[in-house]
Amino acid sequence: MPPVLTCRGVRKEFGGQPVLADLDLTVAEHEVVALIGASGSGKSTLLRCVNLLEEIDDGVIELDGEDISDPRVDPDRVRRRIGMVFQSYNLFPHLSVLANITLAPRRVHRRDRAEAEAQARDLLARVGLADKADAYPDRLSGGQQQRVAIVRALANSPRLMLLDEITSALDPELVGEVLAMVRDLKADGMTMVLATHEMGFARDVADRVCFLDGGRVIEQGPPEQVLGEPVQPRTRQFLRRIIDAGRL
Amino acid sequence: MTLTAHVPSAVQRRRLAYRRRQTVRSVLVAAASTAVLGTLLVVAVTGAPGWDRVRRSFLDPTIARDALPDVLTGLWLNLRLLVCCAVGALLLGLLVALLRTLRGPVFFPVRALAAGYTYTFRGLPLIIVLYLLTLGVPGLRLAGTPSVLVLGALALIVTYGGYLAEVFRAGIESVHPSQFAAARSLGLTYRQAMRHVILPQAVRRVAPPLLNDVVALQKDVGLVSLAGPIDAVRAAQIATAESFNYTPYIVAGVLFVLLAIPLIAVTDWVTLRAARRAGR
Repeated sequence: MPPVLTCRGVRKEFGGQPVLADLDLTVAEHEVVALIGASGSGKSTLLRCVNLLEEIDDGVIELDGEDISDPRVDPDRVRRRIGMVFQSYNLFPHLSVLANITLAPRRVHRRDRAEAEAQARDLLARVGLADKADAYPDRLSGGQQQRVAIVRALANSPRLMLLDEITSALDPELVGEVLAMVRDLKADGMTMVLATHEMGFARDVADRVCFLDGGRVIEQGPPEQVLGEPVQPRTRQFLRRIIDAGRL
Repeated sequence: MTLTAHVPSAVQRRRLAYRRRQTVRSVLVAAASTAVLGTLLVVAVTGAPGWDRVRRSFLDPTIARDALPDVLTGLWLNLRLLVCCAVGALLLGLLVALLRTLRGPVFFPVRALAAGYTYTFRGLPLIIVLYLLTLGVPGLRLAGTPSVLVLGALALIVTYGGYLAEVFRAGIESVHPSQFAAARSLGLTYRQAMRHVILPQAVRRVAPPLLNDVVALQKDVGLVSLAGPIDAVRAAQIATAESFNYTPYIVAGVLFVLLAIPLIAVTDWVTLRAARRAGR
């Protein structure tokens, strides 16, 4: 069985400046991979490239063995199999929570309204937001909005979830509820790639931690090893700065 | 749960009483200053040496009554034109705005055409467009040329469509790109993302300026009378020429203002609602 996601020699430049340079990454089914690294190390860019929101400048990205970086591939078809959650939630402010969640199932997967809403209410109930179904996003706390955004991505029954710094915009006391939800997803066997600044979370939920620097993965392994006994000097330096800042 | 009503403290009661007194005072001051200014205006106008002559030539009740039916008939034409032109211009504007925001090299000619249209028709004076369409087009003597009225309406639609297109485009571009990214990452196509995510937000944001342009259109529809059809202002002009009295113009003016009030009220209400939504 091929891995869910394979990146080989991925390169991405912005204005001639390489952000990803010859990056390799493989993610097996049910695996949770945490991408760590300084701001600008390419974590978010990688996730956006995998979701085809950015065009890569070299290399190959495969989803379930299919080359999705081929320009002949229909990006909409690929994105239906990938769920993405953003740092800034990006809920649609003009739609209720329920309408946010059912938009893609109804318009993309052509499910009928009653069925899509039943599924959405079920998912909301599971994360304790059943009473918010008819509320509008601006009436929710940041943590609630981010949980709705995760539910919205899950409603597509994705093969792979990409979580882009999903707790970075949250107040510290709201981070927990979102992380608990990700932990539940892992328990359900969801394959995930997450970019994060929360080292504690990476250690807690990830099967593998990848340290990105200068646009490539320079160290990867089990969280205890990468976060506890890093081999690369750059990784050590990064972790020391994090510890000094009181984030680990 | 037993919830007893909160009893304001003595401090709070004093504050409330003070605020009530302030409100009463504000109302009294506003009423007094309005009365003074109103009286001054009335005295200044009616006390002017030429007031009697002006009153006779602008505010003659008999002439107003005689001119009213013709002016109302003209106003009915204004109203019908307004509805058709507003709908036409809004649709045209939306279409052009969507074409201008299309990406991809295939659409270059469409984009260029749409941009050229907004540049041309926002620059070209309405009167010239009217003359070109209502006098120039029939001059071609083509079979099936529509009536002058329809051509005049078309002139208004293409002119106002140019303005409205830019308002719509500003609205579309004001929606943050992350909304588009979120929609696309859910698997929605470009069209679906536009239709369900971007446009609803864009239109809500630009509803006040759109309605403002419709209010302006309401006054400009009368310009079709330059090509022949008799609108309210033209009817007033004819009545004025018959009686050598300007009262019909005042009649038409009052009717225009009455017609505009509901539209302006709707605009204000929409603006207020948008502001409240943004602020909550």
